[in-house]
Amino acid sequence: MTYLAKPKLHHPKLPLNKLGYTRRDYEGAISTLCAGCGHDSISAAIIQACFELDLPPHRIAKLSGIGCSSKTPTYFLGNSHGFNSVHGRMPSVLTGANLANRELIYLGVSGDGDSASIGLGQFAHVMRRGVNMTYIVENNGVYGLTKGQFSATSDRGSKSKRGALNADEAIDLVAMAMQLGATYIARSFSGDKQQLVPLIQGAILHQGAAFIDVISPCVAFNNHEGSTKSYDYVREHNEAVNFLDVIKFRDEITTEYAPGTLQEVRQHNGSVLRLRKLHDAYNPSDRIAAMNHLQESRARQEISTGLLFVDGDPTDLHAAANTVDVPLNLLDDKALNPGSAALAKLNASLR
Amino acid sequence: MSKHSIQAVNDFVIKFANVNGSGSASANTLFAKSILRMGVPVSPRNIFPSNIQGLPTWYEVRVTEDGYLARRGGCDFMVAMNPQTWDKDVAEIEPGGYLFYDSTRQMPQSKFRADINVIGIPLTEIVNASYTDPRQRQLFKNIIYVGALSALLDVEVDVIEQLIAEQYKGKEKLLAPNIAALHMGRDYAIAHLDCDIGLKIRRADKVGDQIFVEGNSAAALGAVYGGATVAAWYPITPSSSLAEAFAKHCKKFRITEDGKARYAIIQAEDELASIGMVIGAAWNGARAFTATSGPGISLMQEFLGLAYFAEIPSVIFDVQRAGPSTGMPTRTQQSDVLSCAYASHGDTKHVLLFPEDPHECFTFGAEAFDLADRLQTPIFVMLDLDIGMNERLCKPFEWDDKRQMDRGKVMTAEALEAGKDFGRYLDVDGDGITYRTYPGTHPTKGSYFTRGTSRDRYARYTEDGDAYVDNMQRLLRKFETAKEVVPKPVITKAAHSTRFGVIYYGSTSPAMHEALALLTDRGLHLDAMRIRAFPFSDDVLDFISAHDDLFVVEQNRDAQLRALLINEGAIDPAVLTPVLHYDGTPITARFIANEISQKLKALHVAPLHAVPGRRVKQENK
Repeated sequence: MTYLAKPKLHHPKLPLNKLGYTRRDYEGAISTLCAGCGHDSISAAIIQACFELDLPPHRIAKLSGIGCSSKTPTYFLGNSHGFNSVHGRMPSVLTGANLANRELIYLGVSGDGDSASIGLGQFAHVMRRGVNMTYIVENNGVYGLTKGQFSATSDRGSKSKRGALNADEAIDLVAMAMQLGATYIARSFSGDKQQLVPLIQGAILHQGAAFIDVISPCVAFNNHEGSTKSYDYVREHNEAVNFLDVIKFRDEITTEYAPGTLQEVRQHNGSVLRLRKLHDAYNPSDRIAAMNHLQESRARQEISTGLLFVDGDPTDLHAAANTVDVPLNLLDDKALNPGSAALAKLNASLR
Repeated sequence: MSKHSIQAVNDFVIKFANVNGSGSASANTLFAKSILRMGVPVSPRNIFPSNIQGLPTWYEVRVTEDGYLARRGGCDFMVAMNPQTWDKDVAEIEPGGYLFYDSTRQMPQSKFRADINVIGIPLTEIVNASYTDPRQRQLFKNIIYVGALSALLDVEVDVIEQLIAEQYKGKEKLLAPNIAALHMGRDYAIAHLDCDIGLKIRRADKVGDQIFVEGNSAAALGAVYGGATVAAWYPITPSSSLAEAFAKHCKKFRITEDGKARYAIIQAEDELASIGMVIGAAWNGARAFTATSGPGISLMQEFLGLAYFAEIPSVIFDVQRAGPSTGMPTRTQQSDVLSCAYASHGDTKHVLLFPEDPHECFTFGAEAFDLADRLQTPIFVMLDLDIGMNERLCKPFEWDDKRQMDRGKVMTAEALEAGKDFGRYLDVDGDGITYRTYPGTHPTKGSYFTRGTSRDRYARYTEDGDAYVDNMQRLLRKFETAKEVVPKPVITKAAHSTRFGVIYYGSTSPAMHEALALLTDRGLHLDAMRIRAFPFSDDVLDFISAHDDLFVVEQNRDAQLRALLINEGAIDPAVLTPVLHYDGTPITARFIANEISQKLKALHVAPLHAVPGRRVKQENK
């Protein structure tokens, strides 16, 4: 059961980060997902990303909807507040939480059923609003908890475990996030931790709406021949456009790179995203070109992964709402209450 | 002129029949306010369609020196400005009443009635002679009829001028043309009409320090004083103006010197997202609310269950309208009582507050946030279209500067550091209310997982039946605690001891007060109780058990509050007789008094004795 806590004991020589925490301090309870589930790899990547970024665990709020993916916040960041909300509605709860306290880091974890089916509306609107968050979809193309129905990200023509063919067009959440104005958009694969960890780190450091679509095979219901979300299929069709190194603050480039193969994106908070180009023509700062590339590679049945788009100087919902720098949940009576004298004046204007 | 003419001073109903979108609203409000400024209470009501332009709309003003603010019913003076509704409007005038119309076009005699007084003024001819711009013609026509009415009804013209001056303060260019139009109408009436009619306004001193305001605006102001910082909403009549008023009040009161906002308002994509945002913000320690109406409540059900079960403070202003489904979206009802009281699947119960007027919309609007934090549960403030979207005369807003936000049981970093045992659902005080922590409080202590699934006292997921029952029982204990802290009922004793009682709530209040006076005139005495909150406190049940027969007056078909009383108070249904008004118009005193009189007659109750004069006067003796 999910309430089983991991033993607190650990090797005395586990490395510490700058805050003095070990990697274990970023873990949660023992996972109850199936052995080999892609989602557990993503949880591990989140743990590593937060540990390496030296984030205080309690300053992260993790929110999710309903489904296998939405259960995972129990399995990482045990010292963070978590909110397992209702199916498909994590984005609104996260938006409200973000409005209340702009100083926490918001990590939204969802699945393809949660975000592309029941929650497609909230997914779209949270991207439009530019909520400062990291939104991860653990995308396996199937409903796991209810035993293997197709989800809305299943490709047309892909086969279910029982042999049924999916007749419906797939929803590509990356393409939607591109169109809806998300300012950091990536796709990765749960089986490629090297690629995934820096993408999560870049998303966390990004001060706007960051979305990562992580293809995460379901070993129980969607890892067979004919599936387009199986380990084998994704490995065969994966086309990484770049490889990201995240540097919290600019440091010297020590490795030699061939000219034109390195691209740097400086983010507003001083962090630097250093991208090694794997695809010559790919420019992740050009939204329209990125959208074209995505459609073309999809037509070739390739799965584009990497940092697909980034805006180094994003705005967010708080900027749009012009809210004070102090978190709204810290404002006291004096800051909020106009008092009786103002009320008397207001009364007078209503006579 | 008819043989009989209604004669009344400061006690009549005047109704304006207009076309939606013709700019009549501000002229009509001007008219109503000018009477108020003469010290005579008025109670206006907008009767409007779900439409922006073209459909009929009415503005009904009850002039009432006695201060009876309910809709009276009937019409003594009709300002018939809408040809579409002419026949209906003319038919509605009381015998001996007055018809005021635009006489530019000749109307056949058959379009009038012999038993009413007809006052024609060639409004179109006047505006066409004075203005060339069609929009100006339309707008000034409205001011011109206000001018003519001032002459007919003796409304003091300098009072109207003063109001126009206040309205156009800072836009002086518009002032002179409006004053000119006012006098154009007034002068025409004095020169060409017999202004000696039976209805008159006479200066009085019955308004006092009362204010004139819409309930939605008052509730929004309550949210400002209650410390709300996050509002999420989706446009829906009749609640949109509440969210918009909150924005307006915040712009006035919540902007820092450097122009930053101490609030955030989100127009969400739907009601599901609205309540989701409220829950997210409240979970994270901000005071948050949404404003909606019945269809929105239906959409929010799943989230409301989460807020109940996960115990997230949240405030929902429900400005009720006529359902079911889309129903009559611009008509009033009290028909969301049950859908709010038991919102969501599973065993749920919610706290409801029933304000009677804008004054209480403000008070309860602020109080709701303290209650939400104290009880860690959704609080519904149940307005309706009648109080929400009409300006109503009421007591001025009051605030005690010593009062501070009551954030309820929140465990701080210091308490956690000191080693205090923290269990999110651990009832340490026995009142069913447990401590919570805000996210981000302490590096290693006090974090927990919020979820809609069952859990133990330490917020750990469990499907153990005993732990589930333990939690559900505690939620009931918390609901018991709620009975002690929600507003108590207001009880009005009859002049004579009686075994009859009447129960009412919300916007029925002014009609009920007046009905009690009418019933007293008929020798029928009833003690009255205005319920102000659910769950019902002991006072509510004591009142019921102290009477043999009670009437429950409601503005819905299914006697929803009565059902709630029977269910939650274990009341014998036979003692609670429903009195139900649900055609979408606000309930009237005449309706209540007639219904109760008839039902008492059926119970063979003889009037105690005829009381000369009214109940109010009697109490003053």
